[in-house]
Amino acid sequence: MIEANGLTKRYGSKLAVDDLSFTVRPGTVTGFLGPNGAGKSTTMRMILGLDRPSSGSALVNGKPFTTSQSPLHEVGALLDAKNVHGGRSAYNHLLSLAQSNGIPKQRVSEVLEMVGIEAVAGKRIGGFSLGMFQRLGIAAAMLGDPEVLIFDEPVNGLDPEGILWIRNFMKSLAAEGRTVFVSSHLMSEMALTADHLIVVGLGRLLADVSMSEFIQRNSTQRVRVRSPHGDELARLAAGRGAEITKLGGYLELQGISSDQVGDLAAEHRLTIHELFEERASLESAFMEMTRDSVEYEAAA
Amino acid sequence: MSANTIGERYQKRTDATAVPVGKASFTAALRSEWTKLWSLRSTYWSLLALVVLTVGLSAIISAATVTTTPIVAPEDPTVVSLAGLDTGLLVMIVLGAMFISTEYGTSSIRTSLVAVPRRLTFLGAKALVMAVVSLVAGTLTSFAAFFTGQMILSTEQLNVQLSDPNVLRAVVGGGLILAGSAMFGFALGALLRSTAAGISVAVGALVVLPQLTRIIPGNWGEIIQKYFTSNAGQQIVRVVPFDGQLGPWTGYIVFTLWWIVLLAVAAILMKRRDA
Repeated sequence: MIEANGLTKRYGSKLAVDDLSFTVRPGTVTGFLGPNGAGKSTTMRMILGLDRPSSGSALVNGKPFTTSQSPLHEVGALLDAKNVHGGRSAYNHLLSLAQSNGIPKQRVSEVLEMVGIEAVAGKRIGGFSLGMFQRLGIAAAMLGDPEVLIFDEPVNGLDPEGILWIRNFMKSLAAEGRTVFVSSHLMSEMALTADHLIVVGLGRLLADVSMSEFIQRNSTQRVRVRSPHGDELARLAAGRGAEITKLGGYLELQGISSDQVGDLAAEHRLTIHELFEERASLESAFMEMTRDSVEYEAAA
Repeated sequence: MSANTIGERYQKRTDATAVPVGKASFTAALRSEWTKLWSLRSTYWSLLALVVLTVGLSAIISAATVTTTPIVAPEDPTVVSLAGLDTGLLVMIVLGAMFISTEYGTSSIRTSLVAVPRRLTFLGAKALVMAVVSLVAGTLTSFAAFFTGQMILSTEQLNVQLSDPNVLRAVVGGGLILAGSAMFGFALGALLRSTAAGISVAVGALVVLPQLTRIIPGNWGEIIQKYFTSNAGQQIVRVVPFDGQLGPWTGYIVFTLWWIVLLAVAAILMKRRDA
């Protein structure tokens, strides 16, 4: 459980994080979504006690993280996979972290195996590929078998296989009852992993909703149909209150479900060659939501 | 994953594979910092450079003393055999500064401070590891330089014995100066959070500025000169004291206070600053 209460971070005259309050609950993957510069990383650093809030506070499992007796058991964090000394071997890097929390050596081998980099454990980290860095970061986060996981843009720079692996990994962690808090600037990524969404823009909270609610609220549903009896079908659908647009050989229907269209066609014995539902992309809903809070925007 | 698991508390694994819950104690932090120091090649290179430069230069100066004609008996043969210390302390500054500054340079400080969020525990453990390692390495190096130099000086019977008055204190003092230099570097590395800045300022404070204090005129100039970092510290390696300077131990304590104050300031800032 993570609780942010009026978290605020000011750098000079610039407000990086502006009075953020939210709760991240166990058992779910909570997506922390916002464009670059929205204050996601700063918020995560404040939760972890790395940055001091200008005002407000963050609690991890009911208390400030910096007071934790067993920090790695409480929180596993992957902020930037490159936050490591490249001159050290992966094994020694993890060993030093384990030792700092009194975690036995054996656990180091376990997490190396868990993320699949045991073959390069003795190699210096400096020569790792981005994907290996990311896996090492996750291994470090898992050392203490933590209750809360904080991942900052974990899929950045990963290949498709790695992305899939991380998605499933995060889901399984949440399924085990852990709190998983993961940031991203890609709605499409969140749609595939998160159960709950906290959306921020320019440091402010824009939305705190479940993923299903976000989808329902933000996606308009369209039905597309291809039929040799297009005109007749259109007339019938219009009778049911659907809005119709002709697109090449297709009809695009709004305000009617694909079930209804299918039933309608069957009822009137009209042949249908193709029938499917289309959802407006969540990406566009997200961009709509954060339009006014994008820090740097390309000229149209 | 579905909504019905919301609110279920995370169940600790209780089977045989459960990860034992350890504590982030000071001892644990010491162990961690120990591993960190010895898992970098730069540590080994630095210590090798320390020994080679300190012993090597001490040997060269000693050899020069016995080969010049006419041979002039040195005023303080112990100091001659420890002549490499001035160069060795540069290596120690680098070792000490880098032990903490590279945490900032590589941003691994963030990983470290998530594992050990109590910053004074982190800084204290790191400082203690550096103090112990630099003291042991410095002392061994100082003795090695002394014996090598004295062996060379003995070819012209210019040598002293470790059992002669104050000689042991001076050789032990050589190790103490090397350790203190490492801590100077460490404190400045922690304060300035940059390898380049830490090393430059430490070299300035221990090597360059102490010379410049000699040109400050008047009473104050004399006091500043006497108490300034290595001017105070180096008295401990002298068997034959300089006139008007601090005593060996007083001098060394003054030298130590310099870096302790710097480290204290670094600790206060570290508690306040964003990592």
